[in-house]
Amino acid sequence: MTLDQLPIGTPARIASVDWSALVAEEAQRLRALGLDEGARVTLAYRGVFAGRDPLAVEIGRMTVAIRRVHAMAMTVEPVAQAVA
Amino acid sequence: MSRMPTVAALVGNPNAGKSALFNALTGARQKIANYPGVTVERKAGRLLLPSGEPVELVDLPGSYGLDSTSPDEEVTRKVIMGEQAGQAKPDVIVLVLDSSNLEQHLVFAQEVLELGRPTVVALNMVDLAERDGLVLDPAALQTALGVPVIPTVAVRRRGLTELAAAIAEARDRSESAQPVSRPHVTLPERRMLAHQMASGAILSETAKHRIHARMDKVLLHPWAGPPILFAFLFIVFQAVFSWATPFADAIDGGVSALGDLAKATIPPSLLRDLLTDGVIAGVGSVLVFLPQIIILFFFILTMEATGYMARAAFLMDRMMAGVGLSGRSFIPLLSSFACAIPGIMATRSITDPKDRLTTILIAPMMTCSARLPVYAVIIAAFIPNNRVGPGIGLQGLVLFCLYVAGIVGAMLVALVLRRSVTKGAASGFIMELPKYQLPTVKDLALGLWQRAWIFLRRAGTMIFTVTIALWILLNFPRAEPGQDQINASVAGTLANGLSVVLEPIGFNRDMSLAIIPAMAAREVAVSSLATTYAVSASDDEDQAAVALGDQLKSRWTLPMALAFLAWFVFAPQCLSTIAVARRETNGWKWPSFMLAYLFALAYAAAGITYWTAIAAGLG
Repeated sequence: MTLDQLPIGTPARIASVDWSALVAEEAQRLRALGLDEGARVTLAYRGVFAGRDPLAVEIGRMTVAIRRVHAMAMTVEPVAQAVA
Repeated sequence: MSRMPTVAALVGNPNAGKSALFNALTGARQKIANYPGVTVERKAGRLLLPSGEPVELVDLPGSYGLDSTSPDEEVTRKVIMGEQAGQAKPDVIVLVLDSSNLEQHLVFAQEVLELGRPTVVALNMVDLAERDGLVLDPAALQTALGVPVIPTVAVRRRGLTELAAAIAEARDRSESAQPVSRPHVTLPERRMLAHQMASGAILSETAKHRIHARMDKVLLHPWAGPPILFAFLFIVFQAVFSWATPFADAIDGGVSALGDLAKATIPPSLLRDLLTDGVIAGVGSVLVFLPQIIILFFFILTMEATGYMARAAFLMDRMMAGVGLSGRSFIPLLSSFACAIPGIMATRSITDPKDRLTTILIAPMMTCSARLPVYAVIIAAFIPNNRVGPGIGLQGLVLFCLYVAGIVGAMLVALVLRRSVTKGAASGFIMELPKYQLPTVKDLALGLWQRAWIFLRRAGTMIFTVTIALWILLNFPRAEPGQDQINASVAGTLANGLSVVLEPIGFNRDMSLAIIPAMAAREVAVSSLATTYAVSASDDEDQAAVALGDQLKSRWTLPMALAFLAWFVFAPQCLSTIAVARRETNGWKWPSFMLAYLFALAYAAAGITYWTAIAAGLG
């Protein structure tokens, strides 16, 4: 499953990223924001218009907006909800 | 002992609260300029150490890492390394971290600490972290990082004295001993360490960013979000027109009173006419728009300070993607509604060069505040002040349509450009959505003051000079008795020549005359019309002291007025914008292109408007 297919609100871990599918500068930017292999993410919002683009991803206590093309390059695996 | 003044630099991720901390540390004693050769804004101010010694504090652009991906980040890297021309290498680095986003901000922090420079950490916005249910242990973080960590709340002035003391200490210590640097590690290692350090510094953690999430639930809601944004923008534009009226009327009254006073006290002479018709009528007619400009900037600065601006970018991204741009372009374009110059400068945060170029090229089509004086005078004179619905006036509606015309035009041009001259790899949209925050009155007031001052300085210098120059061109050579003064003048001759080209789109001589000096700045069109009609009115004593609006109504038809409005939607009448576009694109190629296509659009739009209005029987 890729990040764009993740149901909203489901915690997940980024298992792998196909960096070759992304423009180099954008890949660097995503990594700088922490969107990298191993990161724990939750999909928070999707846009309303055609393609439901862009996406808002929660990573740690930060919310980052990305496009669907970026999310499609990221394979995620849902993780069990942490027990509070 | 004499030495160069100490320089300290504020460094941190975007949204770490650096600017608020900078304002709190330096107060209003700020100098804003540009770094030489690049157009990145250099903000510097004076901070007093506990000993009373002044330190130059520089606020560097927010950065996610030292591998720069934008011109802004490049400056941050160069200043830290001491490679930036025009900036002494900072003696002390103040790393600003957002307390509620430690894990993320500690990644960049480690990269900076690896450089081994004297560093102090400001653990900023600890109050917001507490609001989010985070209790932190600054001492643990200090041990982990090996540099002093000071908890601060910029907006409440908490921790500022301690921070100043720590800066002094770090400076003094670096003179005696070389600070130890952290070993260089890879990004994944850095991230892992950041996670460890953040977990070690967090004493307790309860529910995650609740207020923030609850607000986003509504404001980013797929169906509720966009209507809220549009409703908000509509309110902004209505407010600009209606809230400002009493203040504008008061300024207008003051200017007229001053003119009357000058007329009554100074004996009639050419010099008196220069003062009343040139200086007071000209500069006064522009000054009237200060309230509107302040209101517009109030909303823009509030959107930025609260964090809503980034949400607006998120909501607009899909639409911007439709014309080949991204939500990032929304912020520069929205700033361009105030003024295209800060708008074009704000495009530096757009990483894709083609994306950025397109945004620069269409930014002048956003209705800037300098157009408001022109729109306001023409609308007030020609559009009846009727209600067309509850709370919606016809005048406000026409103004709204002019804004929409600019936006639609810009989007269509972007669509064409992205498929032709600025074609490139699909631009993405990657952007942090900062936490919501209440704006502080002081920061807002400071921002408003800086914007108002820029406007007043323009009115006081450039507009003042252009108005006087126009008055001279209008009054010389003097007309023979029985001859019209304007037709006899240098300006009139020029305008009569230009009229040949502009007549087909409905412009009369006075309109052609007004757009010549308005090349300097659009609002000068109003002061030129005021000066022109004041000059011609003084020929005919009965008409003296007739308000500009009434003058326009008696000399222009409705189709002419509408054509004039349409012209100003597109015409690139602003030398400063052209200059800034040249600087940002490093050459004359793109500014020339911009001038050509915008004048062509303006000519076509004015012509179509004029002849459609004539055909509709409005003439």
